[in-house]
This record gives sequence, C-alpha cells and structure tokens, in this order.
Amino acid sequence: MNRNKNAFINGMRDGIPIALGYFSVAFSLGIVAKKAGLNSFQGFLSSILNHASAGEYAEFTVIMADAPYLEMAFIILITNMRYLLMSCALSQKFNPNTSYLHRILVGFGITDEIFGISIGRGGALNPYYNYGAMAIALPSWSLGTAVGIIAGNILPASIVSALSVALYGMFIAIIIPASKTNKIVGGVVIVSFLTSFAVSRIALFNRMSDSMKISLLTVLIAGLAAVFFPINTDDDAPIPSQKEVSEYDT
Amino acid sequence: MIHNIYLYIFTAAAVSSLIRILPLTLIRGKIKNQFIQSFLYYVPYVTLAVMTFPAIITAPQIPFAGILALIVGVIAAWRGLNMMGIAALCCVVVFVCEAAAGILM
Repeated sequence: MNRNKNAFINGMRDGIPIALGYFSVAFSLGIVAKKAGLNSFQGFLSSILNHASAGEYAEFTVIMADAPYLEMAFIILITNMRYLLMSCALSQKFNPNTSYLHRILVGFGITDEIFGISIGRGGALNPYYNYGAMAIALPSWSLGTAVGIIAGNILPASIVSALSVALYGMFIAIIIPASKTNKIVGGVVIVSFLTSFAVSRIALFNRMSDSMKISLLTVLIAGLAAVFFPINTDDDAPIPSQKEVSEYDT
Repeated sequence: MIHNIYLYIFTAAAVSSLIRILPLTLIRGKIKNQFIQSFLYYVPYVTLAVMTFPAIITAPQIPFAGILALIVGVIAAWRGLNMMGIAALCCVVVFVCEAAAGILM
C-alpha cells in the first residue's frame, strides 16, 4: 500500500515538467480546434480522451473536412499507431500477474512522454507511478486545449497566426533529429515532404480530404520503406530508445 | 452531410484507446514479423512529415512566413535545440516576418 503511494507521488513529481510543456503545446492545438468549430468543452473532452497532439490535429482536420466517421477511425489508427508499439513495450515491463484493470488504465494513459518516463524505470512497472504522472499531465493537456480555444478569440490575428505554427515546430523537432541519426529516416522524411507537396498541387486529389491524403500517403510511404529498408529485428530496434521517445510530443 | 462533433470525438477516442490498450492486455510476447516491425517504425515519421508540409506554409497569414519558419525550425532541430525551443522559435519567426511585412506594405 505504502509502495503504491510512493510510486504515485514519484509519478506526479516526474509529471510536472511534462505538464508544463503540455499546456503550451495544447494551447496551440486549441487554436486548430477552434478553426475546426469546437467549443472549449469539446476541446477539453477531446484532449482528456485522446491526449495525442498529432492524433488530435488529424482529428480536427477530419472534423473540418466533415469527412465520414470511418475516415476518422482510419486516420486515428494511422497517426496513433506508434502507441501500439509503446503498448507492446510496456507489456514486457509488467509483472505477469498484473490485473486487466491496471493494464487497461495504464494503456489508456500512454503518451510519448509518459511512456518515456515509465519505460526508463528499473524493475517491474508499478501502475501507480503511471497514475501519478497521468493525474498531473493529462488535465494540463486538456486545460491547455480549452484555454487555447477561448484565447484564440481574444488574441489579435498576428499572435494567432504566429502560434499556429507551434505544432509544426514540434513535429519538426521529432522528425529532424531522427533524420540526422538515421539516413533512411531522413530519406523517408524528404520523400514524404515532396510527395505531400505534389499531392496538394495536383488537381486530381482536390476532392480528397486532407486527413485521407495523410493516411494514404503514410500507408504508402511507410509500407514501401518497410519493404525496401526493413529494420534490423535482432534487437529491440522498432521500440524507440528512451532518448528518442522523450523527444516525441504527446 | 453534417456530422456530430461529439460522435467524431468519441470515434477518435475509441480508436486511440483500443490502440493503446489492446497490445498491453492481449499480446504478451514480442512481434516477430519484420515487415510489421519496420512499418510501425517508419509510420510516425511519415505521418508527421506529411502533416507538416505543406500545411506549415498555409497556416500563417503570409505563406513566406511559413516557409521561413520551416527552414529556421529544421536548422534549429538539426543543431539540437529542444522541442519547446523549436516550437517557440517558429512562432517568433512568423510573428517578426508578418510584422515586418505589415510595416513595408
């Protein structure tokens, strides 16, 4: 009982810097949410349930496009697919006797940062550590989104315009360092940039929504990369190293 | 066709929860298939790259500000600036660029 309490407090302590970062990024996500027509409650709800910046950004593009629900399911599957990997990795850290309830709750709370701090802890994972981090980081993320939606109304257009690129700055912060250390990832990123730009210019694709373009390009390019440049499966290569993970967004 | 925002949110929440929870509860062993491992490895980078470009150009009021933010962001990331620093830098570039354009025009 006492050990669980300690783990919870440790989780909260490690969650504080994460929560601070989350608030500011979620704020800029809120600006996108507002463009998509969400009110502050809907933004809060979306963030407390989804807590994924790239995933939620994609979610808002689907809402903006008024696309079918199936497309929403598909693009969330694609943009959040890395959580599948993290969930696999965390399953190896659990004591085999861990109950389903703990597995479900810890799984629900996976973000890049929470995964990063929990996978880095020695020994078997205590779920209460994750609960502590979740308790402080997830409300901050959700509140940030809601405040972003409200303040998007108040702030002058020049500030909103400037903040609208914050999210892309975060995405750049993930893909560029990975491209630097792995030339194949770098090549894949360049091909993705060029293809995405070409598709946005070709009239043939005009009727396709942005989210559908993102999904299709991801499946196509990542699929081809996997065929031509399979990763080394001898070690745990597909599971991002801790440093890499800590540089991800939520 | 008009869709309901709450249904959109719950669809997204259901899918992302399943992705996060299913492996943790069902798959106890490691994934052995090399193609699936490789595919999952590349997915986040492709998705983020496709979402960033060319959207970063159309997000600000002036497209040139977006291009400049992208270039500055990439250079800063290459030099090892942290995530929050890069995000803030991109915002500053757009703000300064648009303010300068406002003065000139």
